[in-house]
Amino acid sequence: MIEIVTDIAFALLGLAMLATVVRIVRGPTLADRILGLDTITILAIGIIGIFAFRTGLHLYVDIAVGVALAGFLSTVAFARYLLSRRQP
Amino acid sequence: MIYIAVVLLLIGSVFSAVAALGILRFPDVYTRLHAASKAGPLGAGIILLAVGFASGDWAIAIRCVLGLVFLVVTSPVSAHLLARAALQSGVSPDARTSIDEYERSSGPV
Repeated sequence: MIEIVTDIAFALLGLAMLATVVRIVRGPTLADRILGLDTITILAIGIIGIFAFRTGLHLYVDIAVGVALAGFLSTVAFARYLLSRRQP
Repeated sequence: MIYIAVVLLLIGSVFSAVAALGILRFPDVYTRLHAASKAGPLGAGIILLAVGFASGDWAIAIRCVLGLVFLVVTSPVSAHLLARAALQSGVSPDARTSIDEYERSSGPV
């Protein structure tokens, strides 16, 4: 049962990541791309959680929390960059 | 206990997929922020909660709840900062937006 459910969850998150990559490539503004990168970080946290669920390696939960921290900091840094950039 | 975890895992995956669908389909960056900053962290947090239920260990479960709390606390902060940066850098809302509060206010954003 766990294999089937984690396969479905992996497929859903893979499709979600693909849709976000499409938005990053197409995104009309820089803010759309920053938003897409933030969402990819959060989807990666979900994929790490599903991997921990499937394999039973609970060490990956700590890695997920670390990735969440790095993603938040990177989003804040990108937003500050967007604020400080001079508009043409 | 494992059945609760399986159901939570599926719910979290569906929430994440819905967040990505909103990012793909919504018209401008402000509506996309709604999808990305609510449904995305909730989906990832529910997946972490499922891992906590499946582990059956208090040490792991507390870490999972800590990850959920961290996601829920930091996601509005980054979303608000990003919306403010987009507004100040001149990204205009979609033409169908009916109420634009910043149109009337003349002070700094």
